[in-house]
Amino acid sequence: MAEKPRTLVEKIWDAHEIASDPGAPAILAIDLHLVHEVTSPQAFTGLRERGLKVRRPGQTVATADHSIPTTDPSIPIADELARKQLAQIEENCREFGIPFHGKGSPTRGIVHVIGPELGLTQPGMTIVCGDSHTATHGAFGALAFGIGTSEIEMVLVTQTLLQRKPRTFRVEVTGRLQPGVGAKDIILALIARIGIGGGTGHVIEYTGDAIRALSMEERMTVCNMSIEGGARAGLIAPDETTFAYLKGRRFAPKGAAWDEAVARWRKLPSDPGATYDRTIVIDGDKLEPMVTYGTNPGMGVAVTGRIPALSDVEPGARDDLERALAYMGLEAGSSIAGRKLDVVFIGSCTNGRIEDMRAAASVLRGRHVADGLRVLVVPGSQQVKAQAEDEGLDKVFRAAGAEWRESGCSMCIAMNGDQLEPGEYGISTSNRNFQGRQGKGGRTFLASPLTAAASAVTGVVTDPRTLAAPRSAAVEAN
Amino acid sequence: MPEPFVKVTSRVIAINRANIDTDQICPARFLKITDKANLADALFFDWRFTPDGKRREPVSFIDEPHNAGRQILLAGDNFGAGSSREHAPWALRAWGIRAIVSTSFADIFSGNALKNALLPVVVSADRLVALQRLVEARPDGEWTVDLEAQQVTLPTGESFAFTIDPFARTMILAGTDEIGYVRSKLPAIEAWEAGHPARVDTREGAAAR
Repeated sequence: MAEKPRTLVEKIWDAHEIASDPGAPAILAIDLHLVHEVTSPQAFTGLRERGLKVRRPGQTVATADHSIPTTDPSIPIADELARKQLAQIEENCREFGIPFHGKGSPTRGIVHVIGPELGLTQPGMTIVCGDSHTATHGAFGALAFGIGTSEIEMVLVTQTLLQRKPRTFRVEVTGRLQPGVGAKDIILALIARIGIGGGTGHVIEYTGDAIRALSMEERMTVCNMSIEGGARAGLIAPDETTFAYLKGRRFAPKGAAWDEAVARWRKLPSDPGATYDRTIVIDGDKLEPMVTYGTNPGMGVAVTGRIPALSDVEPGARDDLERALAYMGLEAGSSIAGRKLDVVFIGSCTNGRIEDMRAAASVLRGRHVADGLRVLVVPGSQQVKAQAEDEGLDKVFRAAGAEWRESGCSMCIAMNGDQLEPGEYGISTSNRNFQGRQGKGGRTFLASPLTAAASAVTGVVTDPRTLAAPRSAAVEAN
Repeated sequence: MPEPFVKVTSRVIAINRANIDTDQICPARFLKITDKANLADALFFDWRFTPDGKRREPVSFIDEPHNAGRQILLAGDNFGAGSSREHAPWALRAWGIRAIVSTSFADIFSGNALKNALLPVVVSADRLVALQRLVEARPDGEWTVDLEAQQVTLPTGESFAFTIDPFARTMILAGTDEIGYVRSKLPAIEAWEAGHPARVDTREGAAAR
């Protein structure tokens, strides 16, 4: 008898379900646990109080990204709390035998950037981290999701989690993206459509020609922001693009084990006829560069568009819109393009990978940032930084008048001193525009690296497709 | 270790807005702690204080004297959106909140809340509107959220049932946490692992560079 067709998520779930008591959630095996300094300290304290060890340190890996400064690493950390927190993760890793990619390590970086670049993130895995952007790893066809500190403690102690099977949500992006439109625009358009709670209770699987055509870096951008649509995880079936990215990476299987792994990974994509609890289709041909205008990631419009008028939204959402626009200092019904900026931030686990650096550099090469504008370019990892410097991108950024920093979460979460000042406007390639997210009173426009870089040149929110040609690319690139 | 929790009777704080994210509940700059101390002060901090640290005037509803000590929160849809920080439920608990009534909760927040015996009580959209009106009409009425009976009783004498994850309910009523339960299953976990070798060893390759 033929087996019931299964989705990618169902296959991963079935392969990791250890046991389930009637009425209780399943005990789900966890292949890889990523740890960082901010959400883990209380979990390690819990282990000490219980007198327990980390059960599988070889399936656990740690780094420092959230509270670490992105300034010159030889400068002592001024913030006492951050310094203490960074010392704590180091001590916890030493005590519990967890490999730590910390300060001074060439492999340190944002946890969701280093997992993939080290080849730790692999198709078919279950991956968790005390960070909601863990969905990033779903780009490899892994079931990856954020967890709280109690769950971190659970995974440290048992290498499992208690989970209820999620519902499935298929997002098909058809067609081909137009020049100037990228992965960030896909995900911002999706969230604008379904709202920030639209995916609650679901895991999203992204399918369709426009998704297949994306590079791994771009797929990570899409999956990264699944949580901004309410979905705890988002994933993409592995294919040749996935395998090509992984081959030869430090922790990827080698030799015969590689061939076996690829054979196993080829069985992961959803079966024909597999059913989803929900499906929507997005026309990739029609997407435009997206920018948010409000105080959650669902408040986005095409850069050519207008901020909604109060009459454009449902009565129940008007309060939300009014409150958001009051905070943002913007007028309902007005254009989003042309808004004055104080700061541009290019980086984060959403858009801090090498292709993002290249995209931003392609715009800034031979151009200069607008007068009075502060532009921070923060690579997602020390490896991204080194690669960008090998390619001379740091020189492009510096010549354009941007700051080139050490890696970290930086102004995405504004815990490390990189932040907007009250009232300032920033365009940011990060993932959240919540009130105060990028600094108390700071006001965020979320956008792609191309849009952010184009806006850096003009000093106002700018459609990257409209930017005039650079003055003299040949001279400036030297 | 947590203590058993059965029900709470309290007046209600109503926040009639949707999509309250965890950056509002507990701003990120309060996440630099390595313990759970003093988080009550961080709760809704930026709603309560201006960017230069002064208490807002008029004070935020959270700081209104009549709201002090209230343990039940009535909030708009999709409460707890955004980051996975468990500091959000810790801050709410530290403030004294034991139950939140809304039409929906973000997935990660909901899980984190249950692990801290903070009850996410889901109601229909129509009921939420009715409850918001009730708080306006009877701002000092006491509600009871009873986990054991899975029932909310209103100051009008009316009551309604709610559903909650049955496993989490058992844990909270008993005042136990899930780690003990899963550790009791270690033989099954070990048996599974014997047939499923680890996909990676994060300790390997350290010398390979």
